[in-house]
Amino acid sequence: MNAKAKQKLVLIGNGMAGVRTLEELLKLAPDLYEITVFGAEPHPNYNRILLSPVLAGEQTVEQIVLNDWDWYRDNGITLHTGKKIVKIDRVRRRVIAEDGTEAAYDRLLLATGSNPFMLPIPGKDLDGVLAYRDIADTHAMIGAAQKYKHAVVIGGGLLGLEAANGLRARGMDVTVVHVLDALMERQLDASAAALLKLSLEQRGLTFAMNKKTQELLSDEHGRVRAVRFADGEEIPAELVVMAIGIRPNTALAESAGLQCNRGILVSDTMQTYDPRVYAVGECAAHRGIAYGLVAPLFEQAKVCANHLAEFGIGIYSGSVTSTKLKVTGIDLFSAGDFNGGADTEEITLADPIGGVYKKLVIRDDKLIGACLYGDTTDGAWYFKLLREGRKIDDIRDTLMFGEANLGDAGHAGENRAVAMADDAEVCGCNGVCKGTIVKAIKNQGLFTVDAVRKHTKASSSCGSCTGLVEQILASTLGGDYSATPAKKPICACTSYSHEEVRAAIRENKLTSLMAAMAFMEWATPNGCATCRPALNYYLISTWPHAAKDDPQARFINERAHANIQKDGTYSVVPRMWGGITNASELRRIADVVDKYQIPTVKVTGGQRIDLLGVKKEDLQNVWRDLDMPSGHAYAKALRTVKTCVGSEWCRFGTQDSTRMGIELEKALWRMYAPHKVKLAVSGCPRNCAESGIKDVGVIGVDSGWEIYVAGNGGIKTDVAQFFCKLKTHEEVLEYAGAFLQLYREEGHYLERTVHYVGRVGLDYCKRRVLDDTEGRRALWARLQDALRDEADPWHEPQKAAVDLRQFAPIKAVLVEESA
Amino acid sequence: MIKRDWLYICRLDDIPVSGARVVRIEGRPDIALFRTLDDRVFALHDRCPHRGGPLSQGIVHGARVTCPLHAWVINLDSGRAVEPDVGAATCFRVRCENGEVFLHRADARGTTAVAERETCAVA
Repeated sequence: MNAKAKQKLVLIGNGMAGVRTLEELLKLAPDLYEITVFGAEPHPNYNRILLSPVLAGEQTVEQIVLNDWDWYRDNGITLHTGKKIVKIDRVRRRVIAEDGTEAAYDRLLLATGSNPFMLPIPGKDLDGVLAYRDIADTHAMIGAAQKYKHAVVIGGGLLGLEAANGLRARGMDVTVVHVLDALMERQLDASAAALLKLSLEQRGLTFAMNKKTQELLSDEHGRVRAVRFADGEEIPAELVVMAIGIRPNTALAESAGLQCNRGILVSDTMQTYDPRVYAVGECAAHRGIAYGLVAPLFEQAKVCANHLAEFGIGIYSGSVTSTKLKVTGIDLFSAGDFNGGADTEEITLADPIGGVYKKLVIRDDKLIGACLYGDTTDGAWYFKLLREGRKIDDIRDTLMFGEANLGDAGHAGENRAVAMADDAEVCGCNGVCKGTIVKAIKNQGLFTVDAVRKHTKASSSCGSCTGLVEQILASTLGGDYSATPAKKPICACTSYSHEEVRAAIRENKLTSLMAAMAFMEWATPNGCATCRPALNYYLISTWPHAAKDDPQARFINERAHANIQKDGTYSVVPRMWGGITNASELRRIADVVDKYQIPTVKVTGGQRIDLLGVKKEDLQNVWRDLDMPSGHAYAKALRTVKTCVGSEWCRFGTQDSTRMGIELEKALWRMYAPHKVKLAVSGCPRNCAESGIKDVGVIGVDSGWEIYVAGNGGIKTDVAQFFCKLKTHEEVLEYAGAFLQLYREEGHYLERTVHYVGRVGLDYCKRRVLDDTEGRRALWARLQDALRDEADPWHEPQKAAVDLRQFAPIKAVLVEESA
Repeated sequence: MIKRDWLYICRLDDIPVSGARVVRIEGRPDIALFRTLDDRVFALHDRCPHRGGPLSQGIVHGARVTCPLHAWVINLDSGRAVEPDVGAATCFRVRCENGEVFLHRADARGTTAVAERETCAVA
């Protein structure tokens, strides 16, 4: 960055959206801009959504600062606080503050936020009449609570109720005035609103519903003393908080001639009509919507930063949001269209005495809205179903009872984030407790599951606690939390999703990593540990034979063709077709164990023998001496076909399951897939091979074979779903192969069959494999073609493109030259 | 000059692009020798600061490596873990000339003061 002078970037608005954009920008291009920030408030950037806990006395202002003064200094940012910009000169490209301070810009970022809407009634300018928007308002409210007794909050929405609750906690008598007959009408339906009102009344709040405020009355010192309604009634009030809504703050932008319509109009790249000027946050109107919640603002920040960094690949396409009230002890959650309409169906559960109400709104077998009160345990899960637009017909009968009811190993019965004790373990893999997560969210200012994952490691391994972490995030942050949108980029190296990447590779016949990354304008030179293996899989599965497999784009296990262990040694699992072995193989295994001093020998769950603790230098020799095919126990590929003994020996057996299993394994081995693939064949419905929890499970019955798909015995136990019934071995091979090829062609990398089928629907798989005879045969043929000359990496390493150099360390000798 | 201070290890082409090799010196802990996409070479103690995973077996991307055990990301030029993780693998000065790779003898011997090789990106 020495040759070129830095460009100047000016940010107007020192709030969450603007500063988050700077943070994202500094990550991508730390040296591109000289940055100047103007903020009207005299504070560094703080977490506005945590003002309610500050008001309620649960947190201090210091605790909610997100970027302290040092942050600006360390990043070389010039910060002007307490200076309001009054003019933008777009011709000379300068901004001018109230006190005359000027700054020139090459790029300008507007993040002016919103203004509270004040009722235009007599008395609105009296002392003691406030909005609820910033630290100053919060301080004024805390001050008033110490001196006065009666508070009136006008507005029974999210913000108004939080303000009322905070003032009540500070000892005031609080009346909430609402113009409608139900609270939070934008977030709750009538039943939930009634429960909420009851619960708040029990906490000591008073409500004046269906009341229109006409005038605020003054005492002799010019301070408010009472509120008068349109029906003539008066109630005492020494503090009046107006919380009836916010309006995007567009005055400055309008005065600069930028197009505004309920917000500063921005494109999908967050640019205004002047391409040098960007806008993010509550002041911006994107496709007609000005968002007021934090998650969409952060999405916008990411896209905006991407463009400011001159990557030019980010697109913002709107967000789906959800709501939660930040009043300690009251759980409510809503998302989507929770009121429904003529073409929707509803499932409701109401227990007014117990204070629980749940409503799910469904259209075309998809969840489109949810409103929960009293028990929001499954809010995050419903929100996920809603965003993904997943068909719920298969779980409809248990949908209301929540995710835990679907069966979940490890977390059953402890899915209640709010009720969990601080020392309760959330992430079993990394030993992270709830308290640690809450502390990180509060102290580090985290807003997303990804950020929590990075800072605490919770949900970073098996991921089964992701829902729980999401709930903790939601219950800690409250109202402004909402999860990331449905379309997720593969990783930070790109803005494209798995599907878009697959489509680009297919449609443009991309056959190498470098070509694919160049074509899709990857943000990094050679990706990262997340996207490179995914791309490599997509290339070789889309263009078998044509695409070049890159071992350096594979995880170590698939590069060394063995499983790395915690001490850096490897485990070796030779293939035994259908779990059948013999004396000669067992003798060779025993000899190998002795010769290479292999410390542990174990029988695996998939009926194979695992040799653990093999040194990497010994791997090639171990493979050679074993003289058995690779078991691929290390790969995202076909692992094993587990079998029971079947009709050859078993007195109950109806079918020859071992022969069927061996035939399947011989047909499918060396098959790479988005994730590992496990099969089982049982010879009768007693199902001794556990076919019910396999990616493809086959069960012999008297008249043939039943095929089950998308089972899983791992993190979350999912019982395989019945797929079809077949007569012959040849049919079993063709149908199982076609289903797996469909998964190979359409599954996201690291997505098991259960998740793939959950995403596309079992009906879709049936249409492609069962109903479409020609399509099925074509799928089966494509799989056979892909496997036709796939090499065994243990015995044909050259052909399998194994880099053999890795097995021998480079030896060097330090000779002391003076000796 | 080269001979006295620098120890010949291998040719650049002995290291896979965007990959690594293990360098073993008798009596010393293993060293991971990395080669980036743009042919820069780095050397780190082959132990992740987290749980001791062999960094040489990780995926090399940009000038970073992701540990194969628990996916910590380590900067190759400093050995330091990418934030928010905290920790560092010892780094070794390495240089590449005419397609040949050398390690600094003092570093390889383990007699350099840590401060002296704060940055090991000599090549």
